[in-house]
Amino acid sequence: MKKFINDPADVVAQALAGLAAAHPELRVDTEEQYIARADAPRPGKVGLVSGGGSGHEPLHGGFVGPGMLDAACPGEVFTSPVPDQILAATKAVDGGAGVVHIVKNYTGDVMNFQLAAELATDEGISVETVLVDDDVAVEDSTWTAGRRGTGATLLVEKIAGARAEEGGKLGEVAALGREVNAASGSFAYALTAVTTPAAGRPGFDLPADEIEAGVGIHGEPGRRREKLRPAKQLVRSALDAILDAKSFPGPVIVLANGLGGTPLIELYLVYGEVAAYLAERGVPIARQLVGNYVTSLDMAGMSLTLCQATDEMIRLWDAPVRTPGLRWGA
Amino acid sequence: MDVTLARDWMRSAAALIAADVDRLTRLDSEIGDGDHGVNLNRGFTAVLAALDKTPPETVSEVLVKSGTTLMSRVGGASGPLYGSALRAAGKALPATPEVQPSDLVAALHAGLEAVRKLGGAAPGDKTLIDAYVPALDAFEQAVAGGADLAGAAGAAARAARAGAEATIPLQARKGRASYLGERSIGHQDPGAASTSLIFQALAEVA
Repeated sequence: MKKFINDPADVVAQALAGLAAAHPELRVDTEEQYIARADAPRPGKVGLVSGGGSGHEPLHGGFVGPGMLDAACPGEVFTSPVPDQILAATKAVDGGAGVVHIVKNYTGDVMNFQLAAELATDEGISVETVLVDDDVAVEDSTWTAGRRGTGATLLVEKIAGARAEEGGKLGEVAALGREVNAASGSFAYALTAVTTPAAGRPGFDLPADEIEAGVGIHGEPGRRREKLRPAKQLVRSALDAILDAKSFPGPVIVLANGLGGTPLIELYLVYGEVAAYLAERGVPIARQLVGNYVTSLDMAGMSLTLCQATDEMIRLWDAPVRTPGLRWGA
Repeated sequence: MDVTLARDWMRSAAALIAADVDRLTRLDSEIGDGDHGVNLNRGFTAVLAALDKTPPETVSEVLVKSGTTLMSRVGGASGPLYGSALRAAGKALPATPEVQPSDLVAALHAGLEAVRKLGGAAPGDKTLIDAYVPALDAFEQAVAGGADLAGAAGAAARAARAGAEATIPLQARKGRASYLGERSIGHQDPGAASTSLIFQALAEVA
């Protein structure tokens, strides 16, 4: 394993210290392990808190700032934050109007946020939870823990964040977040396994000519293994899976996302194929974003997310945002 | 069981997990993300520090403090599950310096109930429940048959180990491994493996 680290046990704490040094506009609490807007709590504003395992940067700490999240709590690498940490972040951003927790559907995240929400409620803070479960690779059945939350998390955080910024009430912001999630679908491919600092070696062996299809964002194997094919074919398969799972008459917001180890030249190539195929399928694109946003450490791979967007969602997508990982109009 | 034995149990669990970090991590790499051993080791190291800092006076306090520490230090699914199991077990015990095997039966039932409530898993879902349930059954039967703590804990440890091994052919229906579908078949569940270590730890000190 070759990584720019000092000790596998200190990676998250030391990365937080670096984030604090790089972004004085954020308040980074290295003791309680959360990242908050410097001006939080803002009286009367609904607070947005997200979190999950580290290793998905810029998700979530990189999305803290005006127009998006009020706080993020990063757990250990690929491990959800603990209830105390989520509670501290929640209290730090509660301006009296309540707090929305944005939670990806992974068992650990769900349990820890649920415990934190109970603790916050005991302290008189109103909490609403938005569960993100956009990954169409997983069949939504009683035989699994449900679908995973992946790329759509960014869309939920951006759109609900914009609504909270302009004064939306707690129930309204949470309902909008759920609406964005319900309108979104994602599918991902991995070209390589990841190496977590703790494990020190790749999570699985993958022959040079094979890929994992239907992966999440924690370096685990996907639903199945396939032969590597040209990008054009992979994009079409991924989009077919998404278009089959949900209704997308358009217009859609598209996220072509790198999983951490894929260069932008490949992501732009992929996006070109996405645009061509959606045109062929008659799905108009309203907005698009290409880059490494919801990552899985050093995994070479990509995920595609489509969101069937309303005019209101597009307006809020365009609203100003000023965070380390996403910034426009401000 | 007295307070010293309860602390020895946690010490023994910490030692067994520390010794098996690599195996637990490898099991988790196969069907999860490869950090189960590291996470539990971090949690139990914190448990020992917490028990040393303010030594508890009852068995109940040992378990509640251990559970609370796991919940606040581990994260993921194992933090809440193992943490709430120990907390619930501790809370179900009488606040006396010493507890009887029959008290422990009731405590283990309370711990299982907490895990079920939080995780929603049933036997056969390929989770820690598949080691916990047979261990509890064996412990309860041994106590009903007049066994002492050592005898009951030994029976529980053997049943937990067999239960963990029996998860190998199962398809996961809960937790992160469930996203792999049929590909989760053929691998031992890391949660069942570590649960078996915790029962083994009790058998070693009882």
